[in-house]
Amino acid sequence: MEYIIILISAIFVSNIVLNQFLGICPFLGVSGKVSTSVGMSGAVLFVMTIATIVTWLIQTYILEPFGITFLQTIFFILVIAALVQMVELVLKKVSPPLYQALGIFLPLITTNCAVLGVAIQTVSKNFNLMEGVVFAIANAIGFGLAMIIFAGLREHINLMKAPAGMKGVPIALVTAGILAMAFMGFSGLV
Amino acid sequence: MNQLANFTKGFIRENPVFVLLLGMCPTLGVTSTAVNGLGMGLATTFVLVCSNIVVALVKNQIPDKVRIPSFIVIIASFVTIVELSMQAFVPALFESLGLFIPLIVVNCIVLGRAEGFASKNNVFSSALDGLGMGLGFAMALTILGSVRELFGNGSFFGMKFLEGDAILIFILPPGAFIVLGYLIAFINKLRKTA
Repeated sequence: MEYIIILISAIFVSNIVLNQFLGICPFLGVSGKVSTSVGMSGAVLFVMTIATIVTWLIQTYILEPFGITFLQTIFFILVIAALVQMVELVLKKVSPPLYQALGIFLPLITTNCAVLGVAIQTVSKNFNLMEGVVFAIANAIGFGLAMIIFAGLREHINLMKAPAGMKGVPIALVTAGILAMAFMGFSGLV
Repeated sequence: MNQLANFTKGFIRENPVFVLLLGMCPTLGVTSTAVNGLGMGLATTFVLVCSNIVVALVKNQIPDKVRIPSFIVIIASFVTIVELSMQAFVPALFESLGLFIPLIVVNCIVLGRAEGFASKNNVFSSALDGLGMGLGFAMALTILGSVRELFGNGSFFGMKFLEGDAILIFILPPGAFIVLGYLIAFINKLRKTA
C-alpha cells in the first residue's frame, strides 16, 4: 500500500518537473520531438533507478557509519558522474540497440538535477532501499509523462502563429505553466 | 575596458537566465518570494566566483582528460561550504531553499563558466566573469521573485501592503513558468530595440 502511495504521489501529485522544478533543462532542451523525449525519459529511468540504489548504499554503509554525511553532495555527484560513464560503457558492450536508442542522452544526464535531487530526497526522507527504488522509478515515470505530454504540445505549438517576441522559449514556458496548472488538479489525491 | 566587459556582460547581454537559459531549475523552484530568489542568487554567486578562481589557478596542473570531474569536485566543495554556512547563519533561508542548495552543484551555469571561461583565462578575468554572471543570475532571480511575490502575495521583500489573498496562482508552480515566459519575451523585445 505504501508503495502505491509513493507511486501516485511522485507521478501525479508532486510531479518532479511540473511541481518540484527538477530536470527543467532537459524538459525544455530536448522536448522538441516526441521521439527524442521518449529516448531521454528511458535514459533517465535507467540512470535514476541505478543511481538511487548506489547512493542509498553509500549513504547507509559508508557516510553514516563514518560520520561524514556532510560530504554527501561531493560523494553523490561523483558517484552519479562515474555511474553514467559506466552505464554508457556497459550498454555499448552488452546491448548495442539500447545504446543506439539512449546513447546520446546519457552524457546529458550527469548534469540533470533530477537524478541528484531524487537521490538526496530518498536519503532525507529516510526511505528503505525498496521504497527508494519505487520512489526513483515513480519519479522517472513522472518525468517521462511530463516530458512526453510537453513534447506533444510543442510539436503542435511550432505550427501555430505566435507573436514575434513570444516565439520559441517564452511560449513553451507559458505552455508548461498551463500544463502545471492541469497537474495541480491531482493535488489532494493522496 | 575589456575587464569591464567581462564583468558587465552577465547583466543583460549574456544574462544566464534570460538569454542563455541556464540554471532553470533553481530559477523556477525558489522564486516564490524575492528574498528566496536573492538568497539563492547570492549563494550561487559565491560558488561561481570561488570555483572560477580556483579553476583558473589550477587549470595548467589538471590533465585534459579528467578536467570535468576535477571541476565538479572543486564546485562541490564550495557548494558544501555554502550549505554548511547557510545552515549555521541563516537557518530560515536554508529551510526554505531546501533541496536547491546542494543542487547548485549541478547548476549548468557554474560548470559552464568553469569549462567555458575560467579554464581559458587568467585569475582576475575569471573572478570578474564569475562575479558578473553570478550577479546577473541573482538579479534575474530577484526580479522573478519580486514579480511573483507582488502579485501572488501582495508584498515586496516581505513587506505586506495588501490585505487578504492576492492572485495565488503566481506563487504556485504554474506561476513560475508563466511569469518567466513573459519576462523572457519582454527581455527579447528590449534586446531587439536596444
